[in-house]
Amino acid sequence: AARMFLRLLSDIQWRAAHPKWRRMTSSQRSTSTTAEPHPVSLPAQAQVVICGGGIMGTSVAYHLSKMGWKDILLLEQGRLAAGTTRFCAGIVSTARPMSIELKMAHYSNKLYQQLEQETGVQTGYMKTGSISLAQTQDRLISLKRIASSLNVMGIPCEIISPKKVLQLHPLINIHDLVGAMYVPEDALVSSANVSLALATAASRNGVQIHERTCVSHVTIHKGRVTGVETDRGRIQCEYFVNCAGQWAYELGHSGEEPVHIPLHACEHFYLLTHPLKEPLSSSLPTIVDPDGRIYIRNWQGGILSGGFEKNPKPLFTEGRNQLEIQNLQEDWDHFGPLLGALLRRMPGLEALQIMQLVNCPESFTPDMRCIMGESPTAQGYFVLAGMNSAGISYGGGAGKYLSEWIVNGYPSENVWPLDLKRFGTLQSSRTFLRHRVMEVMPLMCDLKVPRWDFQTGRQLRTSPLYDRLDAQGARWMEKHGFERVKYFVPPGNDLLDLDHSKTFYKPDWFDIVGSEVKCCKEAVCVIDMSSFTKFEISSTGDQALESLQYLFSNDLDVPVGHVVHTGMLNEKGGYENDCSIARLSKRSFFMISPTDQQVHCWAWLKNHLPDDSNLVMEDVTWKYTALNLIGPRAVDVLSELSYAPMTAEHFPSLFCKEMSVGYANGIRVMSITHTGEPGFVLYIPIEYALHVYNEVMNMGQKYGIRNAGYYALRSLRIEKFFAFWGQDLDAFTTPMECGREFQVKLDKGMQFLGQEALWEQKQNGVYKRFTMFILEDHDTDMDLWPWWGEPIFRNGRYVGKTTSSAYSYTLERHVCLGFVHHFDENTGEELVVTTDFINQGEYEIEIAGQRFQAKAKLYPFSSLFTQRRRKDEVELSGYQRE
Amino acid sequence: FYLTPAQVNSILKANEYSFKVPEFDGKNVSSVLGFDSNQLPANAPIEDRRSAATCLQTRGMLLGVFDGHAGCACAQAVSERLFYYIAVSLLPHETLLEIENAVESGRALLPILQWHKHPNDYFSKEASKLYFNSLRTYWQELIDLNSGETTDVREALINAFKRLDNDISLEAQVGDPNSFLNYLVLRVAFSGATACVAHVDGVDLHVANTGDSRAMLGVQEEDGSWSAVNLSYDHNAQNEHEVERVKMEHPKSEEKSLVKQDRLLGLLMPFRAFGDVKFKWSIELQKRVVESGPDQLNDNEYTKFIPPNYHTPPYLTAEPEVIHHKLRPQDKFLVLATDGLWETMHRQDVARIVGEYLTGVHHQQPIAVGGYKVTLGQMHGLLTERRARLSSVFEDQNAATHLIRHAVGNNEFGTVDHERLSKMLSLPEELARMYRDDITIIVVQFNSHVIGAY
Repeated sequence: AARMFLRLLSDIQWRAAHPKWRRMTSSQRSTSTTAEPHPVSLPAQAQVVICGGGIMGTSVAYHLSKMGWKDILLLEQGRLAAGTTRFCAGIVSTARPMSIELKMAHYSNKLYQQLEQETGVQTGYMKTGSISLAQTQDRLISLKRIASSLNVMGIPCEIISPKKVLQLHPLINIHDLVGAMYVPEDALVSSANVSLALATAASRNGVQIHERTCVSHVTIHKGRVTGVETDRGRIQCEYFVNCAGQWAYELGHSGEEPVHIPLHACEHFYLLTHPLKEPLSSSLPTIVDPDGRIYIRNWQGGILSGGFEKNPKPLFTEGRNQLEIQNLQEDWDHFGPLLGALLRRMPGLEALQIMQLVNCPESFTPDMRCIMGESPTAQGYFVLAGMNSAGISYGGGAGKYLSEWIVNGYPSENVWPLDLKRFGTLQSSRTFLRHRVMEVMPLMCDLKVPRWDFQTGRQLRTSPLYDRLDAQGARWMEKHGFERVKYFVPPGNDLLDLDHSKTFYKPDWFDIVGSEVKCCKEAVCVIDMSSFTKFEISSTGDQALESLQYLFSNDLDVPVGHVVHTGMLNEKGGYENDCSIARLSKRSFFMISPTDQQVHCWAWLKNHLPDDSNLVMEDVTWKYTALNLIGPRAVDVLSELSYAPMTAEHFPSLFCKEMSVGYANGIRVMSITHTGEPGFVLYIPIEYALHVYNEVMNMGQKYGIRNAGYYALRSLRIEKFFAFWGQDLDAFTTPMECGREFQVKLDKGMQFLGQEALWEQKQNGVYKRFTMFILEDHDTDMDLWPWWGEPIFRNGRYVGKTTSSAYSYTLERHVCLGFVHHFDENTGEELVVTTDFINQGEYEIEIAGQRFQAKAKLYPFSSLFTQRRRKDEVELSGYQRE
Repeated sequence: FYLTPAQVNSILKANEYSFKVPEFDGKNVSSVLGFDSNQLPANAPIEDRRSAATCLQTRGMLLGVFDGHAGCACAQAVSERLFYYIAVSLLPHETLLEIENAVESGRALLPILQWHKHPNDYFSKEASKLYFNSLRTYWQELIDLNSGETTDVREALINAFKRLDNDISLEAQVGDPNSFLNYLVLRVAFSGATACVAHVDGVDLHVANTGDSRAMLGVQEEDGSWSAVNLSYDHNAQNEHEVERVKMEHPKSEEKSLVKQDRLLGLLMPFRAFGDVKFKWSIELQKRVVESGPDQLNDNEYTKFIPPNYHTPPYLTAEPEVIHHKLRPQDKFLVLATDGLWETMHRQDVARIVGEYLTGVHHQQPIAVGGYKVTLGQMHGLLTERRARLSSVFEDQNAATHLIRHAVGNNEFGTVDHERLSKMLSLPEELARMYRDDITIIVVQFNSHVIGAY
């Protein structure tokens, strides 16, 4: 029975007597001329070796060959499209919350639509549309948010009433619905055939495809891929692409130098039925009922329905490898709740006869986003895997971006959210992955509200002060495995439990964070910021300075003890990293960058620094606990603790000095706070952390000191128009586009990476501009809160999206940061964005379909914040200089 | 006062015990898979006892429940001793000789029984020597009697019951120089106990019953439903044959006074029992023993009190009725329980609840659609039913516990009502006895595969 269904699903004549996939497609009108009979000996070398013949591998092969690369070898351990791809439900859905995912899905849809015509292979493409149902108002809000991002991308999409749902799909029970989102261009395909079509086209373009060839490991020499070992011999190659799906983790670990690809498989079940008495039309829209945790599509006159249960079954934790997914057990009891949801949604299906319950493992990642990109440790080792059960939707776009990455050095879009380098070895534990994917899989259907945190795989990296802070009411979030404080719940103030904090509206911690912010403004607060990535770079001679001067855009040849804010730019002038660098001595530098830069920045520097044994780089993240003392009284606390004058004359802004605090010596004190407020960050060797913290808190008592968390920090930095890398800044944003020309040494006649691009922008202007928006008619108590990713409208026309937002307790308004583009009204072509263009518009920010008036600003409200301070305490972060 | 489900569970599970017959080479060759047992006290201390043991010198397994009255001494003694008497009765002549020779020459004794005891099931250390001597006298007599015939289980059971009761009576008459033991044997003799004992050997199931505890066989019908087959007769006023028997054994003149208010001589509920010498000895003997006995016995109103219309003792016997049953594959389990259970539950309900529990535990096999024609609705119904079954079964890992939960907590709809359960279990000691009796249950599960192969 299993065999029969597979044949039906793939609409293709699989004949056991013909193991070669080409034979099977040879009946198509165009014959594959490059077909060789099997077994053909493998070539001894190829430029690119792709491992995995599923949708990802074939898509990469297809796009690479389209981009003109020919010397490509695709290896598949079993048969093409025989893994997850073969079993996949074949739904192409563009309704994705993240912009980059949405773009990939949109591209995939367009690609699949014309694939049959291009290749002659039937793909079963059918534009059915999809309807996502909302059983609750919160769900409807999340759908409206998605709808607003689809609309600005030009993808048709509308929020519809339950009655309209019934018109589009007569079988649906609508009595418990509050609304739905209809995406008319979503499609269905036969995923195995899409994969075969891509393989056919790739093969015509010269890609060699070998089935039943198993890659045992990849050889890496001096940090570069040199070849692969297979069960049929060794192949030399420059690039290796790991598209091994759920086996990608194991393949990554098979070599001498492991490549960590954090993904883990879970069983996934869907149901196939016989046709209805009156067979369902193949054009009937696909139904997604996230509150019921199910999806339902038409299939062969019957239905195909699966879902994402609350209690997933992870498998292959011990890495049981197997050639093909062989008859995993059906588990009806496990599927029971989903079946219940299906019959509640379509009660008319009671009498429909079951054909099969399919168990199809899917791989999931720790943050529900797919994994793409180059290994931080092995150049030329690329990965595309971990699709979180959206492989078909992403397949086309993901293959395209990865191919661009290989060919051009970077994709045409910012894919940082998907970059392999967002993970490190710390996410690679099997136990961690097993626990985390059990949380991630149900999340597929859970409501995604602002600021949700994962609950599993926590307390991995912590500051030495963790227990102290926790005992004082700290509430935690996690970044790159590190526990960071969100805010402190005052004693006796019981916050609502977790479920109630999940809201699109004003959260319950509003007043708590408000009082922390107030304390930062008026007295002094301590924030533990130990998670920040910290590197030390030093050399015997001038090598460190020379190399860094080339890699960083700001001038680092400053007097010892100075701190420089600088970008680490790529060729195009985009931010690969944004950091603060302190010159500790003539020959050594201390570099602070965002928490999630630990892997990426290290790899970037390793790849770009000269191979010189006199130049030493060390990751000292774990060696220091960082305490951020924010507020006008920080100076008083610190000077009392160190018996050293800390006023601006003695300790100017952007200054760094090793000094003693309390009994502890060798504390690196820097006069920066990452917020624009006055204060200091103390980098404390970890064994002194508790001592210094206690001293600071004791001494701070009389100045009204209190603990604060990242939510307060966030509110402060956003109202000060500070951009954060990873949130606002990415590899496609230059300093010129966010008003940071003053952080660039363009006028100093020095060579640095990205210089040409920046010169070009200085001459000709920028095509987007980082802008601050103050929401005008937004009621903080009653209206939906902005998050990020909200469309920005200028004079009624879409000009860009927000990248972050926060409530400013000083302005008593919401502040959104985002980029404004200038699209030509007729052609849509991107034009230069001028200051006038920004200033002369009427702006609106759209939150879940509702637009709010906003005032655009290119500079922060410096006067508003400085009036209460003594002049000498003003931090000269540079942002106010303009 | 309200007990949480966790507190309820800890009360219900305090005495639960499970035994699984060990497998050899991955196969269980015994007709018994194992048993679950449990006790819920109403008296303080509980007067019920239970025993389970495997015969080591013969084949077979012994299981029994004992319901004491007028104290727990007799039930305790019977629970310790009866299985030895049965095992010895079953032993062939050569083995008896071997054992006697070992004792004679001070060598290590062949083990006779392997006990399966809950930690709360204790044996009295003080009396073991006394008990052993009585037992040894018994087997010495058996050796002397050597009939040369193979031992019949029915006869062995009857002999063992009668012999033990006789020994209890004799020990009390003779007394013991040790004052503690002297008091103990008297308490044993003056209190009473019923006994319901099963002996399972292959497909041969014998139930020997004395008193009003009960053995019931759970049978699964072809349609999957459950029915109950009694394997014992209650020896009480509700049993016409018993009333008839008692009347036959005494002069016509006593006919009216023999059974009053459904009690023997208007006093005793069970019509057969161990101990209870007040219903067995002559008045003279009773007076002599009580007078020469320790003060505690003399001060006890109960022991001094002679039943009215006491003319032709003995009125009571410990001789059991034995029922033999050949096990069939459809015989899935045996329930032995004291009257505390049977007062609250009909045997048909017991059969159904245990049957569903056992199949729920063991037959929750994964469903496979295979080639069958199943609709979504049918599958949904099936899964819902399986889930419901699972959730009620889920709390108990022990069939006896499950049964007690139902016996105490069932509401009028036949489902467990937590509130009722909580109330019943939190009754103060002095009230508990009014609402329920001690409950002791053993559920023996049979191995249909082995039984089917006989």
